[in-house]
Amino acid sequence: MFTIILYVLAGGLLLLSFLKDKKKTKIALMKAWKSFENILPQFLSILIIIGIMLAVLSPDTISKLIGQQSGCFGMVVAAIVGSITLIPGFVAFPLAAALLKSGAGFMQIAVFISTLMMVGIVTIPLEIKYFGKKAAILRNSLAFIFSFVVALVIGVVLG
Amino acid sequence: MKKLLNRYKFFIILAVINLGLVVIYPSLGKNSLSITWSNTLEMLSVIPPIFILLGLLDVWVQRETMIKLMGEKSGFIGVALAFFLGSAAAGPLYAAFPIAGVLLKKGSKFSNVLIFIGAWSTTKIPMLLFETSAMGWKFMLTRFIIDIPGIALIAYITQKVLHEKEINLIFKKAKNQI
Repeated sequence: MFTIILYVLAGGLLLLSFLKDKKKTKIALMKAWKSFENILPQFLSILIIIGIMLAVLSPDTISKLIGQQSGCFGMVVAAIVGSITLIPGFVAFPLAAALLKSGAGFMQIAVFISTLMMVGIVTIPLEIKYFGKKAAILRNSLAFIFSFVVALVIGVVLG
Repeated sequence: MKKLLNRYKFFIILAVINLGLVVIYPSLGKNSLSITWSNTLEMLSVIPPIFILLGLLDVWVQRETMIKLMGEKSGFIGVALAFFLGSAAAGPLYAAFPIAGVLLKKGSKFSNVLIFIGAWSTTKIPMLLFETSAMGWKFMLTRFIIDIPGIALIAYITQKVLHEKEINLIFKKAKNQI
């Protein structure tokens, strides 16, 4: 649905641009390709790492890691698993819902989802390319800490 | 050719490792290949429009306009725009970095770009809808409400901790990316 909107938007603007100025449009497309090719090696590497990691850390394994450990230790495990895995949302949320059913706590799930979205250990080389080492490490560390705050709030509201 | 090989060195090593896995642990290796393949397809579905928009933005949006909208003196408008841009996005977080690069290149304020990254990572509208259906609206809403100050705080602290020299270096990096 959103991908379709994205395509319509990009296609429409591209057409508009082409009608207004062919030369500029050509430059725009060249830039699009150049910036894509610029990060293609990292992109491809990330895709393979995710593949290997998710094969090792299958939903079953993740369930075992997060479902069995409760309390603070369980939250730390959930945060670490969430930081290193990169699962698309449409897989992550059903997994989280299943984990809840199988007895994991709201706080562990919240910290898992939050780190999953905000902290990206695998994608850090790409982030460093754009933001430099210090900013990238800083952002990820802060997001990691913040995920525990989210978990506490969720624990209070839903617990 | 040598340069090309050098750039893709890491990827080639990983590909060989993955193929090695297929030989040694057939089920795990095949599984990882199929996950990689489905992720590649997902990526290819969102990458073209994202990068086309990035190219158009770079060509058509004047630096002055971007500075006015999201630059140093853009105030609340800049923050709101950064948040909206990130929330309306589709695609994984790593697709956001190149766009962040263009925003920086065009003269966006650094903290606004961080807000954009934060919104992209955690308050994407398509994801929120999905989260509600899986976790219930109470879970989604609680997370959303706490995420907004969280994103702002992370952006603020990151901006404060980095020295001006380091931030200028990031802007310089962005200029050379495209």
